[in-house]
Amino acid sequence: MSEVAVQTSELWSSLRQRTQARIGLGRAGSALPTRHRLELQAAHAAARDAVHSPFEPDVIAAGLAGTPTVRVRSSAPDRLTYLQRPDLGRRLEPMDRAHLPTGEWDAVFVVADGLSSRAVHEHAAAVVRETAARLENWHLAPVVLAEQARVALGDDVAHAMGAAMVVVLVGERPGMSAADSLGAYLTYRPTPGVTTDADRNCLSNIRPPLGLSYTGAAEKLAGLMTRARELGLTGVNLKDETDALPR
Amino acid sequence: MSYTSVLGGRRHRFDTLARLLAAASPERSGDRLAGLAAASEQERVAARWALADVPLTEFLAEPLIPYETDDVTRLILDTHDAAAFAPVAGLTVGEFREWLLSPGADAGALAALAPGLTPEMVAAVSKLMGNADLVAVARKVRVVTAFRSTIGLPGRLATRLQPNHPTDDPAGVAAALLDGLLLGSGDAVIGINPATDSPKAVRDLLELLDGVIRRYAIPTQSCVLCHVTTSVDLMSRGAPVDLVFQSIAGTQAANASFGVTLGLLDEAYEAALALERGTVGHNVMYFETGQGSALSAGAHHGVDQQTVEARAYAVARRYDPLLVNTVVGFIGPEYLYDGRQILRAALEDHFCGKLLGLPMGLDICYTNHADADDDDIATMLTMLGVAGASFVICTPGGDDIMLNYQSASYHDALYLREVLGLRPAPEFESWLDSIGLLDEKGGIRETTGAAHPLTAIGKELAA
Repeated sequence: MSEVAVQTSELWSSLRQRTQARIGLGRAGSALPTRHRLELQAAHAAARDAVHSPFEPDVIAAGLAGTPTVRVRSSAPDRLTYLQRPDLGRRLEPMDRAHLPTGEWDAVFVVADGLSSRAVHEHAAAVVRETAARLENWHLAPVVLAEQARVALGDDVAHAMGAAMVVVLVGERPGMSAADSLGAYLTYRPTPGVTTDADRNCLSNIRPPLGLSYTGAAEKLAGLMTRARELGLTGVNLKDETDALPR
Repeated sequence: MSYTSVLGGRRHRFDTLARLLAAASPERSGDRLAGLAAASEQERVAARWALADVPLTEFLAEPLIPYETDDVTRLILDTHDAAAFAPVAGLTVGEFREWLLSPGADAGALAALAPGLTPEMVAAVSKLMGNADLVAVARKVRVVTAFRSTIGLPGRLATRLQPNHPTDDPAGVAAALLDGLLLGSGDAVIGINPATDSPKAVRDLLELLDGVIRRYAIPTQSCVLCHVTTSVDLMSRGAPVDLVFQSIAGTQAANASFGVTLGLLDEAYEAALALERGTVGHNVMYFETGQGSALSAGAHHGVDQQTVEARAYAVARRYDPLLVNTVVGFIGPEYLYDGRQILRAALEDHFCGKLLGLPMGLDICYTNHADADDDDIATMLTMLGVAGASFVICTPGGDDIMLNYQSASYHDALYLREVLGLRPAPEFESWLDSIGLLDEKGGIRETTGAAHPLTAIGKELAA
């Protein structure tokens, strides 16, 4: 390599330490070099596969090691419908609603495939285990494993089971640099069709080692759940005071 | 008033103008989600037959959303310029399509007509047009705006350099900024979507961009895309705000869901004008829109996705913006399912915005759960380049690591300029030349980076 080329690669490799953005890719004419074009396609393929891979509740149930689980589906019969009809992904399939156990639960965890079943397969069981371990004396419902499900399906689940709050662990929309990111949404006393996103608290990017760790997520979630129970609310009035932004 | 036509041996009836427009719209998932789409392909075409016979004046007489309850409707009707409208006042929607495609509808005629058109009229005529029609007419319209660079001149294509970073890390932003500048991008705006809307975070980014623009005397403008109230607050405290940004939509209720009113926008506009930071022009606003936002806010009033989007352009044009772009495939497949629907929406939005007199650009983009890929980006980019889009948004490698979606890349913009012979904004082009980035044919020179003076941007901040 020429001296200039060496300097160039050093410059970009040091700059790439500071961002995951696809910078300094070089050119083939006006276009991308072949290697970078194929790398982009590989990342896109991983994201597409994450969206379309089938949900496997057995994987989650095995990861929960003995914690009781219940399986439900939303009213969206297949992936194609699910992607175009978010309203159906928010509603339980009526037969499944009838089969949910009821009780005086303090909280229910719902694991929803969302837009990345890969994210829930890889991370959801660990987050449930770690969070539940921090909730002494809580009366927790069986974990609900929900297919073709969006966040608000948790409202329907909690309402049907009689749970005081719901934590939905859901596969986030895959980006090209993260196809396995898990989100957690906490809602106190949800009412289907009335509760809005402003009534929820959210943790996103649970995805160790690059994103939020399991213990980090569990600490925050258990803390928020405890404060939600004390205050009787979630949403914009329940702040995560551990990381308030400087103003 | 109801609208009817006979097709396939059946009489089709549409009870309201809003129903008619929705049924005439090309297939898209958002209209189905809203329960507004045509029930069949034949009904869709029947609606177009009926729509073709509707006089343009009907859109002035029959507001889709009541005047009393919606300030966007009031804005549209109260600012309608009857004198400008006169040349087409006697036409039906079908005749209007033919007039737009005729040689008589040249750049001057279309510019003069713009204040006489309403969003509903342009949305209606777009539903009778094919993709090629949308390109052919939009191409004739030129809307020129300026701040420190001039946007929208014939033969030019500007780009927004978008150096986003998930934690707003200054070194990460600077690295992506350097990459974009070396690829000849940034003449429309250097615009960052910040990770938080906190005034401090926004101010830090504004100062970073302002420092680079001043130090290298770059004839462009910066924007940190925060809420309009944050910009007003920051301007009052002396932060270096070039352009005021806001996402807007086509109904009062949808704007309310963004926390925006016309009054707030008026206030921000006046404040930004008073700063007088432009050098070659005084267009100080930057708006983003996109089909589906009114539906996702539950605020569409039974008006189809595209028509309500066009109404957002009536809000935009009140403020003589420097830039308006539709973020066309951003929301997801429940609004625009695949590459075909996204392309159609992009052409419609660009056409409608241009006819209404706006400097239309695009964020040609998709999310990974939509059925689209980089070939769809290339198709859209090429058609919109031919259609004369004022600018496109570009991200490193086409992958935005902050917003997790795919957009056009800096390389894509180089491609488009190369194949269509388009050049950057004139002031920016001169600057590129002055720092040795322009080659003898006017293209962007492939630079090794390390030897280039601009690399100080990256070296210092990454140190």
